[in-house]
Amino acid sequence: MRQLTKWLLEPSLVLAVLALTCFGVAMIYSAGVVHIPNDVTQNAWIRQGTWFVLAVTVFIVVVRVPVRWIEWVALPSYTLSILLLVSTLVVGTGVGTAAGVKSWIQIGSFSFQPSEIAKIATILFLARFLSQRKDPLNSVQDLLLPALLVGLPLALVMLQPDLGTAIAFGGILFAMFFWAGTPVILLLLIASPVLGLMLSYDTIIWSGYMVALVGFLYLFRYRLLLFESVGVVLANLAAGTVARPLWNRLAIYQQNRILVFLDPEVDPRGAGYQLIQSKVAVGSGGVMGQGFTLGSQKRYDFLPEQHTDFIFSVVGEELGFIGTALGILAFSFILGRLVHMATRTPDPFAGLVVLGIFGAWLAHIFVNIGMTVGVVPITGIPLPFVSYGGTFLLMCWISLAIAVRVAHEG
Amino acid sequence: MGILMGILTVAFFRLQVLRSDTWELRAESNRIRQLPIPAPRGTIHDRNGRVIADNVPGYAITLLPGPPDSIRATLNKMSQYMEISDERIESLLAFLTRYGRQPLVVDSDADFPVVSALQERRTEFPTVYIEMRPRRRYFGGEAAAHVLGYVGEITADELASTDFSQDLYEQGMVVGKAGVEKQYESILQGRRGLKYVEVDARGRIVGDFGAFRVDPGEGGESLHLNIDIELQEWIHHIFPKSLSGAVIALDPEDGGILALYSNPGYDPNDFVSGISTELWQDLNADNRNPLFNRVVLGLYPPASTWKLAVAGIGLDLGAITPDDKMPVPCTGSYVFGDRSYRCWDPDGHGFNNLAEAIGNSCDVYFYQLGLRIGLDPLLRRSTELGFSRKCGIDLPQESQGIFPSEREFWERRFGYAPREGEVLPLSIGQGPNSQTPLKIAQFYLALARDGSAPTPVLARGLEIGDTWALDLDPDHMQALREGLRKVTAPGGTAHFGTALEHWEVLGKTGTAEHGLSQAGLAEPHAWFAGMAGPFGGPPGIVVVVIVEYGESGSAIAAPIMAKTADYYLRKKHSIPTDSVQTYLDHVQIGPVPTWYQERYPAVIGAIR
Repeated sequence: MRQLTKWLLEPSLVLAVLALTCFGVAMIYSAGVVHIPNDVTQNAWIRQGTWFVLAVTVFIVVVRVPVRWIEWVALPSYTLSILLLVSTLVVGTGVGTAAGVKSWIQIGSFSFQPSEIAKIATILFLARFLSQRKDPLNSVQDLLLPALLVGLPLALVMLQPDLGTAIAFGGILFAMFFWAGTPVILLLLIASPVLGLMLSYDTIIWSGYMVALVGFLYLFRYRLLLFESVGVVLANLAAGTVARPLWNRLAIYQQNRILVFLDPEVDPRGAGYQLIQSKVAVGSGGVMGQGFTLGSQKRYDFLPEQHTDFIFSVVGEELGFIGTALGILAFSFILGRLVHMATRTPDPFAGLVVLGIFGAWLAHIFVNIGMTVGVVPITGIPLPFVSYGGTFLLMCWISLAIAVRVAHEG
Repeated sequence: MGILMGILTVAFFRLQVLRSDTWELRAESNRIRQLPIPAPRGTIHDRNGRVIADNVPGYAITLLPGPPDSIRATLNKMSQYMEISDERIESLLAFLTRYGRQPLVVDSDADFPVVSALQERRTEFPTVYIEMRPRRRYFGGEAAAHVLGYVGEITADELASTDFSQDLYEQGMVVGKAGVEKQYESILQGRRGLKYVEVDARGRIVGDFGAFRVDPGEGGESLHLNIDIELQEWIHHIFPKSLSGAVIALDPEDGGILALYSNPGYDPNDFVSGISTELWQDLNADNRNPLFNRVVLGLYPPASTWKLAVAGIGLDLGAITPDDKMPVPCTGSYVFGDRSYRCWDPDGHGFNNLAEAIGNSCDVYFYQLGLRIGLDPLLRRSTELGFSRKCGIDLPQESQGIFPSEREFWERRFGYAPREGEVLPLSIGQGPNSQTPLKIAQFYLALARDGSAPTPVLARGLEIGDTWALDLDPDHMQALREGLRKVTAPGGTAHFGTALEHWEVLGKTGTAEHGLSQAGLAEPHAWFAGMAGPFGGPPGIVVVVIVEYGESGSAIAAPIMAKTADYYLRKKHSIPTDSVQTYLDHVQIGPVPTWYQERYPAVIGAIR
């Protein structure tokens, strides 16, 4: 045990991730077992397994890299990933069903998503930036520059457009700000324009929300600067007024995804199709599931993106509530370990990095699993360690290695 | 984090534990489709058990239901390999919106090359399903067309009508369109079965779903007809191809229809695969009207065949006895009022008793008989006998006879009150009187029996209550038959064309004048109605023949009747059949046959 601890630094976390990745490969194998096999899904599990081996190898290397190196690499990697994100807008390509999205860069036969690199690079860079501050971030003013650091890649990702990854950046931002000492109330107020944006579809509800917001600000008037309060109200007003033009700027498929989230039966053959089929798959799994590889929704091709974004629907259909509950439990454990590691380390940089990774993963996990049952709108966002995808798996493992490394050394 | 994970767990718990049943059903309806199993149509047999309509394996091309756009796209793609008209595509899409989940039958009887072309491209047409489907086959081709009718795909109008219940019929099914196929549709159709198949998201069939959920359906019941298919073919063989007309043969025993033939006809097999547009147009444009069943739909003036009805009514009402002669002898014409009415024979027939008058077909005798009966009693009795009604044959269509049932008829139709002289043309089968060959056959059936006749029927064992009732004494019946015998006896007009080796033929010729013949533009229609059987025995067959524009009943129609009767009776009495049958047949190819010399030495002597 001591040997293992020495080797893996954080054995329970690493072993849990290891098990989860194995489980993922198995589910990708199952996703390929369909009535009429196709090249894309049939051998995906072999490719994923290969990436898995590579990822573990890289993990073993990265987990031994000194933290100083990691700190040092933050700025160049952040700069590089911003450059890469800009270049995707020019030379980026789409893949599969997301053919209209420019999020991939192809070099020869190798292609990868720069946004995956950008996530970890942003975490590192932001952690470095915040850890060098002496005071906690407790005003909007203080938050402005770090918010821009995350906002830049987030905006570039939105332009691709890749809403899912943008949400992950949001997760990073809030988790790290929280860890850097930003009051929860302030975070909520910063997030409030997003809520205002969403509520603006109904004028009456939005008006009620605005009254509540102003009342809230009045209640906490001693803890905020005046211009902050005014800023929040103005931001909410702006969000409410730009909502309509912004909505019109969204791609049709994005609009539809939000509309069918509210009621999938609006368009059962079109935009609502994925959600309905996913719910049918998960629901028909029942408590025990239909059995590994035996899910009919998956076999007969009703389930969309079954080896990538909707892999958890396969889990639900074939392994039932037992499978999904255990899956959620496993993710909760992993996230819980990250929080534990962050609280344990005295080094602010280490804590911020771990929390950043926690934020990113939490966003991925909640949005991905949530969309399979209609808790959140459908966005193309993969499930860490389980969904098929080489660079994504590799970057998740590198993130893990960094988290473990910095937490340990710190 | 805990809250978010809690939300997820609750969502999965709700979906997978609390509401799992609903979603399971939903998953099932997602992938299970019903497919009909077509029931083989009942076979049709003739009176000797010979199959005249059965089924051979065929292929139907069906399309699993799906969104209209993809159905349209698939149909357009399929039209590269098969003929699908735009109207067909539109009607299929209309059907799809109306009946939703039922499969669409693109072609209910596809040709094999089309089937194999589509099979080869199965991956291109994942939702196309080739179904083995029994296909109708008719034996005898044109010969029995007007009996059998034909089958075809059910139309949208038929599907919507109450004749075709929604439970049993659906788009793409094959139903009877004419003849007994239509008449006995409900018996022949059977009940289609159902099976369930699993399909994937693109509608491809991926497997049968549990044998326990298969309903095999039931084949249609077989139908046995009174028809003798060999007789039917024989009539088709002997009937002059260039002429239009009809032949109907009845069994005197029970009124069963032994043969029902209308020329020209069509090959019902052409209709089975969906008749081609050109052929359909040709059939409809043909001014000889091959689709028209002259036996049951053709209305012709009955002419002299009708004289037996006048004679029967006269005897029935006691207006005459068989031996009475009319006061005015036939001198070639008869004067009534200020008009002279001609007899067909300008030389005249002198004084005739009833049988002689029938034998000579003497118009002058019947003018006077008609006057004795009187217009009103003649109208009343004729109507009672059913000359203005249908027979009620078991076919989908039948024309109603035209005969005035009362004096108002003239006012309705011609705008004047009938004069007493109207009875004269009516007495010789002219005037406002048109009958179907079927009706005349039923009347001669009564003459061949005891004066009563059941409705002629095609289906074996079927009895329709409505019977003909001519209430005559046996000796009166004898007198009428004696008259018919004189027509075919030596010296009678139809003798040489009806003299047969084994059988005695009794019958009546008729020369039906019509508009064109009266204007001198065409020949009149030729009738021969009669019966035949062993010498001295009861008649074994009743046959009525009409040949349009045939000119002479004795020369054209009578030999067809005799040859028809001979063929049937020879078979019935196990005598080998021969194509050389009547006296005329024999002398056309050789010497006078010995049987004729022995039976009619006086005729031979006279010829010599």
